[in-house]
Amino acid sequence: MLAIIRRDLLIAARRKSEVLTALFFFVIVTSLFPLGIGPEPTLLKKIAPGVLWVAALLATMLGLTRMFAPDHADGTLEQMALAPTPFGLLVAGKVVAHWLVSGLPLVLLAPVLGIQFDLDAGALGILVVALLLGTPLLSLVGAIGAALTLGVRGGGVLLSLLVLPLYVPALIFGAGAVEAHISGLGAGGHLSLLAALLALAVFFAPWATTAALRIALE
Amino acid sequence: MLTATGLSCIRGERRLFSGIGLAVAPGEWLHLQGENGAGKTSLLRILVGLTPAAEGEVRWKGESIGALGEEFRREMVYLGHHAAVKEDLTALENLQISAALDGSDLAERGALAALFRMGLKGREELPVRVLSQGQKRRVLLARLLARKAALWVLDEPFTALDVKAVQMLSGLIGEHVAAGGMAVLTSHQSMPIAGGRVLQL
Repeated sequence: MLAIIRRDLLIAARRKSEVLTALFFFVIVTSLFPLGIGPEPTLLKKIAPGVLWVAALLATMLGLTRMFAPDHADGTLEQMALAPTPFGLLVAGKVVAHWLVSGLPLVLLAPVLGIQFDLDAGALGILVVALLLGTPLLSLVGAIGAALTLGVRGGGVLLSLLVLPLYVPALIFGAGAVEAHISGLGAGGHLSLLAALLALAVFFAPWATTAALRIALE
Repeated sequence: MLTATGLSCIRGERRLFSGIGLAVAPGEWLHLQGENGAGKTSLLRILVGLTPAAEGEVRWKGESIGALGEEFRREMVYLGHHAAVKEDLTALENLQISAALDGSDLAERGALAALFRMGLKGREELPVRVLSQGQKRRVLLARLLARKAALWVLDEPFTALDVKAVQMLSGLIGEHVAAGGMAVLTSHQSMPIAGGRVLQL
C-alpha cells in the first residue's frame, strides 16, 4: 500500500502541471467572487463557506478522471489486480495518494483564501477542520465514480453527473459547519455528521471501488 | 500444476471457444496458437483469473484459483500485451515499484542486474517515455528475472523485440521450464524450446 502511494506521488511530482491546474482553479474561482460581488463584508462573510466548498468540490472533480484511467490504459491496473497484495489495499492506497495530491493542498490553501471573505480566525479554523474531514470523503466517493466510469466513452461528463449529487451531503454539512459557527450556533453537530460520513466512506468506498474496477477489467 | 477443464468464453453474442481443457505440469510449457480473434488473449485472461469463464474451471495444484486467490497470484506472473510500465518513471523505478506491489522488496542491485541482462545497460535512469517500444517491452520482461514465479503466462511476448532479444527471451523461457517451471504463451512464431506442447484454438 505504501508502495502505491509512493509511486503515485512520484508520478504527480513528475507531472506538476496537472496538480497545479486544480490548485490554480481553486484559487482563481474563490478569488473571483469577492471581485465580482464587491467589498461588502457582511455579504462576503455569508457566501464564504458555500463558495469555498463548491470550489473545493469542483477542484477535486478535476483530478478524478485521472485517478484510474492512465493505469487502466497502460495496463498497470491489470498488474495491480493480479498482484499478491490484496487489490482493495492497493485501491485504498491510490485514494490516499489522490487525497494527498488534490485534497490536502486545498485544506492548506483554504484559510488564506478565506481571509478575502473577511472570515475571523475561529471561522477559518472550523473551515480547515471541515475540509480536513470533507476532502478525504470527496476522494473516497469520487473513486467509486471514477471506477464505475472507467473505460466508458465520454466518461468525464458521466463522472460529474454521477458524483456531484453524491457530494451534496459533504457540501451541506461542510459549508453548514462554518455558517453555524459564524451565526453562533456552534459547529459541533455538523462536524460530527461529516466525520460519521467519512467513517462510513472509509469502510465502504474502497470495497465498492474495487468491485467496480474488477468489472471494468473483465 | 495448472489444469483447466471445459472452459468456454462468450464475448457479447459470440461464443469464442468452448470445451477447452488443458494441463501444464512442472517442466512443461504450452504454446497457444490460433488465428487473430480466436480468443487466445481471452483464454489467458481466464487462466490468470482476470476474466471469469462462462463455463468450466481453472485449477492450480488441484484447487480452484478463485478459492486460492492471493496464494495463486503469488506463484504466477502474467504479462499482457500492454506495456504495463509508467512512462514518467525510470526503468529502474518501474521495476522496483512493480516488485514492491508484488509484495517483495527488490534491492537496487538485483533490479539493475535484471535490467542489464535485458540489455538495458545505460538506460536504467531514463524515463521510460523516451525508450523505444522494444525497450519498453524489455523493461516489462525484466520482471520475469526479478520475480520468482512458478507459472509464467505470457501474451505475445515477442512483439516489438529484435532478433537478439527474441533469442534471449526464448533462452530464458527454456531455462525456466528446464528448472521445473511452467509457462503458457501465445505467439505466432514457432519456438525451439524443449518440453513444449501446442494447443490450437
